[in-house]
Amino acid sequence: MGSGRLTGWGAMNLGTIVPGAEHVYAVFRQDSKNDPHVHVGDVHAPDAEMALILAKEQFARRDPCVNLWVVRYADIEATAYEDADMFEPATDKSYRFGGSYREQQRIYRRR
Amino acid sequence: MVEPTGRVDDPEKLAAFEDRIVGGDRVEAGEWMPATYRAECLRLIQMHANSELMGALPEREWIPRAPTLSRKMALVAKVQDEIGHAQLLYRVAEDLGKPRVQMIEDLLSGASRFHNVFHYPAETWADVIVIQVFVDGAAMQTQGSLRSCSYAPYARVLRRICYEEDFHIRLGIDGFKVLAEGTPRQREMLQDALNRWWTPLMHFFGPRDKASPHLETMIRWRIKVKSNDELRQQFLRQFVPLIQEYGVRVPDAGLKWDEAAGGYVYTEPDWEEFRRILRGDGPKTRERLALRNRVHAQHRWVREAVARWEVAA
Repeated sequence: MGSGRLTGWGAMNLGTIVPGAEHVYAVFRQDSKNDPHVHVGDVHAPDAEMALILAKEQFARRDPCVNLWVVRYADIEATAYEDADMFEPATDKSYRFGGSYREQQRIYRRR
Repeated sequence: MVEPTGRVDDPEKLAAFEDRIVGGDRVEAGEWMPATYRAECLRLIQMHANSELMGALPEREWIPRAPTLSRKMALVAKVQDEIGHAQLLYRVAEDLGKPRVQMIEDLLSGASRFHNVFHYPAETWADVIVIQVFVDGAAMQTQGSLRSCSYAPYARVLRRICYEEDFHIRLGIDGFKVLAEGTPRQREMLQDALNRWWTPLMHFFGPRDKASPHLETMIRWRIKVKSNDELRQQFLRQFVPLIQEYGVRVPDAGLKWDEAAGGYVYTEPDWEEFRRILRGDGPKTRERLALRNRVHAQHRWVREAVARWEVAA
């Protein structure tokens, strides 16, 4: 795991924690075109074409699915869980939430 | 905490880890974890993976003999699900540090274990039904509880597995009803199968819990969520009424509901039989492992072809 030169927080290549990551593919499944692709599991395969064949069999044999992605673990860069505190706001972020703006409600209630 | 291999964890890291787990946090592959935590997760997940792979065999035996085409198709789907579960689980296990090839080799050589219920024969079609309802129903108690396990990759895979196990149980109950409401011969076959499976089912959750520092650690680390007794009671509460509703007899004369204790009283099964099976000496242990070895050898060409494809690509 290296510390990002620009960020100061840790980033890692997932290939460093998955054994044989050159041939382990993360599978992302899209249930319908209204849905995003979601990571549902992995397959071992010599190449992307075989990975898609196996992914279809393992992750799309029952419920509706419109699309699959496969990505080699060695090609995934991730933030480090150890540095998850970087997602904690440094300052009060309530101004980013709709619930913080209650003036309209206060006016309605007065009626 | 000292691991069997003698590795000792950094006490500060261990304390911080335990605080996190107690606070409800979960562990991901690649994060720091105590050596014993890693070893216990690996042991648990590898045993589960082995059991999915070996658990497909008793039912697979019945694919050519399924009573109707629709039953055959459903059985093929279920067996495929079980093999799929093994793939998901070996994948999660290998990130804990043991190569997948090694896990398969240990299973084939008998060096690692698989669950007690898969060491028994499936003698009739009713055995298939009993496996689908009660073996999968028993597994669902343990696996359902472990969805809140602290090792996140396992907990995620269990959500998918439980979703499919639910299908297996519904499928099984459908077959159970047909036999239970069928001809006298069908009813007799069902009763006979349940009689033979009852002891292995009671064994499924393991012996009664004895308080131990190990068990305490497993529960504190959320690698074990409910005790053996709790899971067995949960199983009985779910399935005894189903058996009785269809006029099938629970094959334990001592079984009765204890209002005061809020649970079932049952006859203690013969635990020597359970221990014999864990030593790899069950009625079907050698035959099933021999089959797995034969199939593994027959499919060597597939593994080699995939490896060559890799070189060619």
